[in-house]
Amino acid sequence: MSGEMQAQNEVIEKFSGENTALLSVQDLHVWFELRRFGFGRAGYVRAVDGVSFEVGRGEAIAIVGESGCGKSSLMKTILGLYKPTNGKVIMDGQDLQSLDTKGLRWYHSHVGYVQQDPYGALAPFMAVKKILEEPLIVGGIKSGEEREQRIQKAMEEVKLFPVEDFLGKYPHMLSGGQQQRVVIARAMIMGPYFLVADEPVSMLDASVRVEILKLLRGLQEEHHLSVIYITHDLSTVSYFSERIFVMYAGELVEKAKVERLLYNPCHPYTLALLNGTSVPDAENAKTFKEIPPGEPPSLVKPPEGCRFHPRCSKMIAGTCDVKVSPEFEPEPGHLVKCWLFQ
Amino acid sequence: MADEKLLRVKDLILHFRTTHGAVQAVDGVSIELAYNRAVVILGESGCGKSSLAKAILRLLPRNVEKYSGEVILGGQDVMKLDEEDFRLNVRWVGMSMVPQAAMNALNPVLRVGEQVSEPAMIHLGMKKEEATHAALKMFQHVGVPGDFLSRYPFELSGGMRQRVVIAMALITSPSLIILDEPTSALDVLTQANIFNVLKRIKKELGTSFILITHDIATSSELADDVAVMYAGQIVETGDAGRFFTAPLHPYSQKLMASVPRLRGTKELEFIVGQPPSLVDLPVGCRFAERCGQRFEKCVQNPPVIQKDDRMVKCWLYQ
Repeated sequence: MSGEMQAQNEVIEKFSGENTALLSVQDLHVWFELRRFGFGRAGYVRAVDGVSFEVGRGEAIAIVGESGCGKSSLMKTILGLYKPTNGKVIMDGQDLQSLDTKGLRWYHSHVGYVQQDPYGALAPFMAVKKILEEPLIVGGIKSGEEREQRIQKAMEEVKLFPVEDFLGKYPHMLSGGQQQRVVIARAMIMGPYFLVADEPVSMLDASVRVEILKLLRGLQEEHHLSVIYITHDLSTVSYFSERIFVMYAGELVEKAKVERLLYNPCHPYTLALLNGTSVPDAENAKTFKEIPPGEPPSLVKPPEGCRFHPRCSKMIAGTCDVKVSPEFEPEPGHLVKCWLFQ
Repeated sequence: MADEKLLRVKDLILHFRTTHGAVQAVDGVSIELAYNRAVVILGESGCGKSSLAKAILRLLPRNVEKYSGEVILGGQDVMKLDEEDFRLNVRWVGMSMVPQAAMNALNPVLRVGEQVSEPAMIHLGMKKEEATHAALKMFQHVGVPGDFLSRYPFELSGGMRQRVVIAMALITSPSLIILDEPTSALDVLTQANIFNVLKRIKKELGTSFILITHDIATSSELADDVAVMYAGQIVETGDAGRFFTAPLHPYSQKLMASVPRLRGTKELEFIVGQPPSLVDLPVGCRFAERCGQRFEKCVQNPPVIQKDDRMVKCWLYQ
């Protein structure tokens, strides 16, 4: 343990900045080059286009958006898997770009990642024990005894009891909920202070979904974790996070506290998302839902001005389709990128 | 005499043969469906709800151990028909299906127009032009632009592909469409859009639906009636209005308490334990082990009890 602790302390010293926010994303752009026939530039996919936000220590935030809005690219950049085209990701006062290989390895072992599809995220040929041991080996924990202790502890934390029964099992022998617990145990095993959960419950059944959400919430509170929860389902957000960021076509269009966003949504896109989310009620079958026409724009050539304007019923001609809206603050702490709040 | 119900399923059984023993996926299911109504079959994964769809449509794999019961569609017991008769006169013509992960149900190397018009050519004997025209009409019903007929599946978004598959199920104008998890892989707005399409079809064409899903919140968008399935059996049936406000069966109650609500403040509950294996089912009530309200009687198989016009398979209501 001592060797690992020492290495860890060295890097912690390197990381301990003065900022109160743990993670700060500043004007982040992630563009992917499109090539024609292998050479010749055909444009860029602007997956993330000017995103800024901060996450405090021990805070859980949710990023809500539809598929293709760039939320996965944003997350992967924060995890250090993609290089930003422009802008910065600053974790604990340290710019990710400036980390060397050793620093990055330490970073990766202290940022947990909970994948969407648990079965796809677990190697089918590895038993649970091996799956959980892998990050410990990569993380440089040499003592076999310590590895076993850590595995035991992680499995207990995600409530996979009795631990011995599960160690030898392969992913296909587990139910969806148990698989997701193994994924969470793997994310937690290096003792991260930051967790990214990418739609952690979308593949699970209703009754299991709640169990996993509560488990994540419990871990977050107990370990004082910062969590980014990525989802397209607004109805689970209020049970899990303090703030919501709504993402549309590569941009964050609204940032607010959960209650404010649910009861006082400002951006027309947020409103549409809230309207589109069903609550079980037999009356639903009798009415048609109001859905903005069309589909999200291509990220290669996003619309001029506000990216939502072609679908927006409140579009102000001459403004929304020409100029990009800055962030307005209709109430303290509630930011919205929409000209309606000028 | 014309039957007032479009579909009556009585004591339907579908067991599969495996090396571990018989999997009792559908075990004595009875449901009824009136004309121009939609019933939602709610259940968690592995409860046999997809097998129920396959059993009704007789889309069976090779390892069937036992397949029996009655499926009466428009007054005719289609279980008595032979395979060829069933294929020609029932499947597509009487009822059709939108399979699970419908987005991937399309053939990637054929234009969607050809795929949508094919059932009309085979089952209704239409000529190609006629069938293409019918496909165009169906595209309008589901809200797909007409020029998409000549596109390939990869050129369409997920929501559009889903609509194309619904158009395909509709083209032979069946009176019943079975939807197996039609929107589970789609985004919120696309989901809401597809349900708008289904509601419009129901209103304009008078089609009936069986909607198989685990998503309680979105299922309410289409449901007239609800049937809850657990471990191969239907444990509760009733109208949607009363089901969503006051479910009867303890399992349904727990299920409803686990649904996250947009502006909900109530603490969510989850169901402890796991459903029983369909190979090795307990005697008595199959939910008893996880039920908070179990008592001595639960070791015996509960009868189906009628309460007002709802049915519940639970000793509590005796």
